[in-house]
Amino acid sequence: MHRTLTIVERELRRFRRSPMLIVMSMVFPLLQLIVLGYAFGGNVKHLRLAVVDQDHSAPAVRIRELAGAVAAGARTLDLVEYADPGQAMTDLRNGAVNGILTIPPDFSRRTLTKNQPRVALIVDNTDTFVSATLGATVNALVSASNTPVHVDRIAPTTVLDVVEVYPYVPYIQYLLPGSITMSIFMMVMIGGGIIFIDDKARGLHEGYLVTPITKLELVAGFNLSGTIKAVMAGAVIMVIGSLIAGVPNPLDPLRMLRMMVVITLTAFALISLMFLLMVRVTDPLLPRAVFGVLNTVLYFPSGAVYPQAGFPGWMQVIAAVDPFTYAVHAFKSLLLKNTGFEAIGWDVLFLLVFSTVAMTAATALFKRTL
Amino acid sequence: MPGTNDRSLATDNAIDVRDIVKTFGEFTAVDHVSFSVKVGEIFGLLGPNGAGKSTLIRMMVTLLPPSSGTALVNGFDVVTQADEVRRSIGVIPQAMTSDLELSVRENLLIFAKLYGVPREKRSHLIHDLLEAVELLQWADKPVKQLSGGMRRRVEIARGLVHQPRLFFLDEPTTGLDPVSRTAVWTMLQRIKAERGLTVLLTTHYMDEADKLCDRIAIVDHGHLVVLDTPEALKASIPGRSAESVTLDEVFVHYTGRDLRDALHEPSAADSPFVLRR
Repeated sequence: MHRTLTIVERELRRFRRSPMLIVMSMVFPLLQLIVLGYAFGGNVKHLRLAVVDQDHSAPAVRIRELAGAVAAGARTLDLVEYADPGQAMTDLRNGAVNGILTIPPDFSRRTLTKNQPRVALIVDNTDTFVSATLGATVNALVSASNTPVHVDRIAPTTVLDVVEVYPYVPYIQYLLPGSITMSIFMMVMIGGGIIFIDDKARGLHEGYLVTPITKLELVAGFNLSGTIKAVMAGAVIMVIGSLIAGVPNPLDPLRMLRMMVVITLTAFALISLMFLLMVRVTDPLLPRAVFGVLNTVLYFPSGAVYPQAGFPGWMQVIAAVDPFTYAVHAFKSLLLKNTGFEAIGWDVLFLLVFSTVAMTAATALFKRTL
Repeated sequence: MPGTNDRSLATDNAIDVRDIVKTFGEFTAVDHVSFSVKVGEIFGLLGPNGAGKSTLIRMMVTLLPPSSGTALVNGFDVVTQADEVRRSIGVIPQAMTSDLELSVRENLLIFAKLYGVPREKRSHLIHDLLEAVELLQWADKPVKQLSGGMRRRVEIARGLVHQPRLFFLDEPTTGLDPVSRTAVWTMLQRIKAERGLTVLLTTHYMDEADKLCDRIAIVDHGHLVVLDTPEALKASIPGRSAESVTLDEVFVHYTGRDLRDALHEPSAADSPFVLRR
């Protein structure tokens, strides 16, 4: 046991003397949190909507007034009047406008005769976010135009009330669990995997293999020190990220304690994975290449940035075996919903089983000789 | 001391190698080599890169398992009693294996702990060693601030932190400038005399082998070509007086080729992943 702790001591002493390693493994997840959080978390505004009114009568004016209200209030739209539909189409294709609201010449006649009056929204569907936002906004103002002036005091039709259980969660908070997991992963790969292989390539491991240290002590030492470093990274991002993202009660002691348990389990699961992948590797280029691939394969299918319900089948299979998935789910439950361990039982179990299987296999593969 | 531990096998030699072989796939790096190293001597394995010297020494220090044959180090079998071998020897590998970010003292402290040196003895031992290798004033500097020769002295001190009686050095002065090489030789001779060490070193430098070694084994293409004292080797060249012969000429005589040419041949027997700094 004392030799295990000696290896841990050696690794942590080196870690303390590597400020760049510490900074880089924390800066990237924080940057990603801030940039993605604000890039994707905002509401789309000032979309340029061309209005081609070929009718000019009262019902058409009502549509245009409603669009003007949206432009003045929510500022989702900036309206641009066009007399020539052909020019509007040209500008749509050139990107000068994002959509065209066309009110046909027979709109008012059909409205008054209640004969399927239609307006058209032509969108540039190469940008699905913009076209979806335009569709939703124009659909809402068209629905508003259908609302009768006088309404019954007691509504005769079914109405949906949406009730939000938790306070509003901005996208940056939604991203935070993934950022914490990413910081743990980065420390595991940089401070664990890459350094491990670089040391092996420099022959540093020979110095340890000629001592009486056992295989189990060496493996335990490397992985324990890697876990400690990763836990520190996760803890720092948990605190700083919670403050940046505006998590309510960011320093709640009970929640932080639960978070630290999951951070520790996640760190050990990821270090076990790293060790299994690197245990027989000798080429220093390989962990760097693998790091980039794993970064994508583990992070995006985990549900960190987008719900898994939207994934194709093959990606859901990856998500099912991806330790990131369970870590992200556990962090979301603890951070965003402030639940206890009862809500993350399966996540904890998966991380434990995954760690055990990966570490057992890695230890069996680890060579005590060159 | 060899043969003094109950679990050791009776032998008067520090090292006994019998018919040892090491193959890597189809390639035979060490081919049926046998020799012994006496207690208290400095024994040299001399040969070019790829001769099999490093492979030989790695088998004796338990870094590589032999394909066949036996080796006893301090009376312990390198395969079946590997832990006992490791506890009883000090090793300086070919690559610089000190932690550059740690200080000189920290490097020694870590290895003292790995070898189980009692806590109450550590400080005193480390101080004495740093004094012996003339690095006391650099004790708290990070190793990365030291020159190559100084780093090698750190490793010598590190290899002696647990007070072994048998010391292995794999190419101890490769990559060092001439002044540093001479300093390391002087240090090795002094430490060896002060501590009663047995030393086995590998080298491809003739002058190093000539200056340091009591006996030299010339190794080439995995074979032990000849083994004797430097004087006897030089005297064995027919038609020449021993004083006029160099070990380069001895090498040519026994292998049929010049060492300088042999040094340029690529080596498949070197460590597959050691990057030389």
